[in-house]
Amino acid sequence: MTEPLISRRIGIFLALLFVVTVAVPLGNLVIAPGSTGHVPSHIVALLGKYLCYALLAVSLDLVWGFAGILSLGHGAFFALGGYAMGMHLMREIGDRGVYANPLLPDFMVFLGYSELPWFWYGFDMFWFAALMVMFVPGVLAFVFGWFAFRSRVTGVYLSIITQAMTYALLLAFFRNEMGLGGNNGLTDFRDVLGFDLTADSTRSALFVLSGLALGAGILVGRILTTSKLGKVLVAVRDAESRTRFLGYRVEHYKLFVFVVSAMMAGIAGALYVPQVGIINPGEFSPANSIEIVIWVALGGRGTLVGAALGALLVAAGKSYLTAAFPEIWLFVLGAVFILVTIFLPKGVLGLIESRRAQKRDTLVPDAKSAEAKA
Amino acid sequence: MRESQLYLNDVNRSFDGFKAINGLSLVIAKGELRAVVGPNGAGKTTMLDIITGKTRPDSGEVVWNKDTDLTKLDEADCARLGIGRKFQKPTVFETLSVRDNLMLSLSGDREVRASLFHRPSRDEADRIDGLLDIIGLTDDGLRLAGDLSHGQKQWLEIGMLLAQEPELLLVDEPAAGMTDAETMRTAELLRSIAGERSVLVIEHDMEFVRALNCKVTVLHRGSVLAEGSLDHVSANPEVIEVYLGR
Ligand SMILES: Nc1ncnc2c1ncn2[C@@H]1O[C@H](COP(=O)(O)OP(=O)(O)OP(=O)(O)O)[C@@H](O)[C@H]1O
Ligand SMILES: [Mg+2]
Repeated sequence: MTEPLISRRIGIFLALLFVVTVAVPLGNLVIAPGSTGHVPSHIVALLGKYLCYALLAVSLDLVWGFAGILSLGHGAFFALGGYAMGMHLMREIGDRGVYANPLLPDFMVFLGYSELPWFWYGFDMFWFAALMVMFVPGVLAFVFGWFAFRSRVTGVYLSIITQAMTYALLLAFFRNEMGLGGNNGLTDFRDVLGFDLTADSTRSALFVLSGLALGAGILVGRILTTSKLGKVLVAVRDAESRTRFLGYRVEHYKLFVFVVSAMMAGIAGALYVPQVGIINPGEFSPANSIEIVIWVALGGRGTLVGAALGALLVAAGKSYLTAAFPEIWLFVLGAVFILVTIFLPKGVLGLIESRRAQKRDTLVPDAKSAEAKA
Repeated sequence: MRESQLYLNDVNRSFDGFKAINGLSLVIAKGELRAVVGPNGAGKTTMLDIITGKTRPDSGEVVWNKDTDLTKLDEADCARLGIGRKFQKPTVFETLSVRDNLMLSLSGDREVRASLFHRPSRDEADRIDGLLDIIGLTDDGLRLAGDLSHGQKQWLEIGMLLAQEPELLLVDEPAAGMTDAETMRTAELLRSIAGERSVLVIEHDMEFVRALNCKVTVLHRGSVLAEGSLDHVSANPEVIEVYLGR
């Protein structure tokens, strides 16, 4: 009677994800260029980027789809994870930069820094950076959530302040004084853990890691949402004050899921940066965070895999449209959001599943009554 | 004299200058069943808001079990002390199943960690089955609460209240939307709970109040107008005036 961890929908998605995660690197590394089935390197990087978006969408679905917290600032957690990874990649360049300074990244030499700012210490170690990828977004989410949830800021007001949060970070990261590369951000990365970032094998490895991270993200989300905690979150979404009168500290539950979600978004950002080769303040732009909401709405809220699917669909559509008709992309995105909100409240996943249910009902008209008898 | 479960003394609360609760004093004894009646806007629901930590009084004492000051506590604290509440408008978790609604309400550890590591148990399932039986929803356990009829939601919320095993049950207009037969069953249920637990019921339906067969408090303009048996208060000229004068 309790929901299984691997439902049909989750199982299908994970199986497909597994196939893609294995097939794409094989198609790139094993099948020679020119023969059928070869996957060009730039496609590997592009698909890897999509997987990171999908993980980001799952993280938003966790808070929005289940707990009803509509965060319009999730791009900030993604970007912070990305910056943490970017800082490590910058340090790893070492003295191979243009200015050949063993300690200071190029942009610091250019801006006349004489020493490394304190918050860059430790990022030369991969393990430290990997921790910061989760820790920094997690701490921000904790501090922000602690104030917001305790003061019972909900609904539109919460959405607005999350948007303000990412906007404030956007402005801050644009400043050179932040010591994070200002408007250019961090780029010109060479390698990670000694592996050349431009090598096909490294790209494939990053792709596989992104696939695994997405699978793990969905599983973690599924474990949380099928637990009693997940039901408390849905209860909060349905009737917040009722949940309080049952004795649940709603703010603690929200804070927990918000922090977990932010850390997941941070991991997505960290995997994204080495695959695209740059992180700049543009990732904090409010529009990015709104786009994540569109992915989740399109795929289907509260389903985890729907969110991932929505991200993949929009990302693919965006790659196609921005190349083919760059000027209409934003209009298409806006139209998709409006149409989905009006006609597909359960998203694409809801549409697919209701189609299938209909088909089953027409094929086996008395399957239900047979079930009932059994 | 029995020990007091809940003690309100000279409680005041106004909203934008309007005195919703005005010098209200009330004592509920342990195990007592009490009906509170009063015209619309008398302050009945606001009184429950004050007892359950949702609304802070401007002044006055609200004391639980003779020693705990409820005015400093929030909703979750009050619930954890053992105060359960059923809302005037039935409020259930619409997208959860009936069983899950009850499961979340069962008394137990409410902390995040406990919920995360919670494992469903045989004992828990049995408790839920028992509750489903009491509220007449045995065949509806797997339905979504949002799909229930208004009356069934009322029952589910009563079930959720029972599941909490509170010391004091605050029940705001439970009979709204119920058939006559169901109304009588509700009265019977509440009577059977009293004694072991304290129950405060707000109700408009006089048949229902009569069936409860308990002490009645008439609230008017935020304070107690009369108190006593139903026959006693309904003979009170001021009460008649308030009810007929509307
Ligand atoms: N949060 C609030 N803000 C402003 N006014 C309020 C608030 N809560 C209650 N009131 C006012 O206090 C008065 C008492 O309301 P209350 O809901 O307690 O009445 P009631 O006795 O429960 O009535 P009913 O029988 O209609 O449920 C009403 O006039 C209401 O408008
Ligand atoms: Mg009321």
